[in-house]
Amino acid sequence: MGLDTRRVETGVDVSPSSSESWVTTRLDFLVNWGRANSLWPMPFGTACCAIEFMATAASKFDLARFGMERMSFSPRQADVLICAGRVPFKLAPVIRRIWQQMPQPKWCISMGACASSGGMFDNYAVVQGIDTIIPVDVYVPGCPPRPEGLMYGIMMLQEKVKKERMADKSLRNEMEPDPQSQLYIPPSLIDEVSEPFGNAVHQTRSGL
Amino acid sequence: MSDTFLPVVAGHAEDGRVAPPSTPRNVPYQNGAPNPSAEALRAQFADAVQRVDVVWGETTVFVDRARVLEIVRWLHDDPTQQYDYLSDVTAVEYRDLDRPIEVVWHLRSLPHRRFLRLKTLLPKGQPLAVPSVWDVYKGADWLERECYDMFGIRFEGHPDLRRLLMWEQYKEGYPLRKDFPLRGRFSRSEQLRQILAQNPEAKYSMEELTVLEAFDELSLEQRNRLRSGEKVGE
Ligand code: SF4
Repeated sequence: MGLDTRRVETGVDVSPSSSESWVTTRLDFLVNWGRANSLWPMPFGTACCAIEFMATAASKFDLARFGMERMSFSPRQADVLICAGRVPFKLAPVIRRIWQQMPQPKWCISMGACASSGGMFDNYAVVQGIDTIIPVDVYVPGCPPRPEGLMYGIMMLQEKVKKERMADKSLRNEMEPDPQSQLYIPPSLIDEVSEPFGNAVHQTRSGL
Repeated sequence: MSDTFLPVVAGHAEDGRVAPPSTPRNVPYQNGAPNPSAEALRAQFADAVQRVDVVWGETTVFVDRARVLEIVRWLHDDPTQQYDYLSDVTAVEYRDLDRPIEVVWHLRSLPHRRFLRLKTLLPKGQPLAVPSVWDVYKGADWLERECYDMFGIRFEGHPDLRRLLMWEQYKEGYPLRKDFPLRGRFSRSEQLRQILAQNPEAKYSMEELTVLEAFDELSLEQRNRLRSGEKVGE
């Protein structure tokens, strides 16, 4: 991690056959540059990972370098939901509601083993990965991840944001849970990734 | 509510008869000196005290289930006991399925500097119910709710016996019971479906929210502060 030199984005990839004009791609670049460097996090700290998240935000590691110094404790003004810590089932409707209250464009970072997969808490009370409730963009492994780890995840998210295209309307699609069951992915998939070692078997949950 | 505030000095009722606090040494595993309250309980409630154990210097008194409230009230009120602090209410279930479930009360007497553990046995196959001690210790409210939530033990006389840690409509049973599977009874998707159907704002009962009811019990000074619309504390 962190061994590759980061690619400096200078523009938005566009295929020669695309009908998009120079203006829209430049505009994309400008908008993405602005968005990526002013992501306002909504800290959803539920457990020990939140302590590490606080360390990341504090002066030694200084999250402000990434344009994230403004913690948005209201979901209505937030861009990134950072879920730091395990989410018990009782909190599932809460985090779902918070996610739905955040306006587009929005992203989600799942910080730590617990938020990403339930971690060591494979028990009756803990959600086996918040991606079974809301869509997740970046998973940060670790228990807890070091501040550098979280920053690496944030930089990955920034790269993702910088590659977005205005023409791609699907990026801004709201999650639409099934009105009957309130689940947004098929129940069989939830059961599969929640299996013991489900996360190890499904190395890339990002496909959800 | 009394108007003057009396600081409690631990052990003050003993008039120097208890040793100052120090780390106990050479405590025998069994048959140590029992808490004097055990003897007093025997004298007062001879037929209700089933057994007294002293393990590692801590006294456990097994009492009759039906008389728990009476005994706890006496321990709380009697000037020679003054157990003024209820530190825990919980339960124990053993892996041996024939052993009864135990309900445990941890009582502490600050004036006499004593610690007493009360237990009562709930044999398998009988209804899991014990008297609530909420009448004596208001702090038992959430302790008993948690115990009900985790073990399914009903505390008779509790004013508001609902689940505390799990949500109120939780259908899978009582998580700390030995027959409860670690991952719960339902599949993960079913668990998620059930909880997502809950309204996150419907978690509090009106009982928890009525400050108004307690208004008359506040001290005059607090009432005046509230009346004048003051929002901050000290
Ligand atoms: S991943 Fe580890 S540090 Fe983070 S919340 Fe879970 S147990 Fe705590």
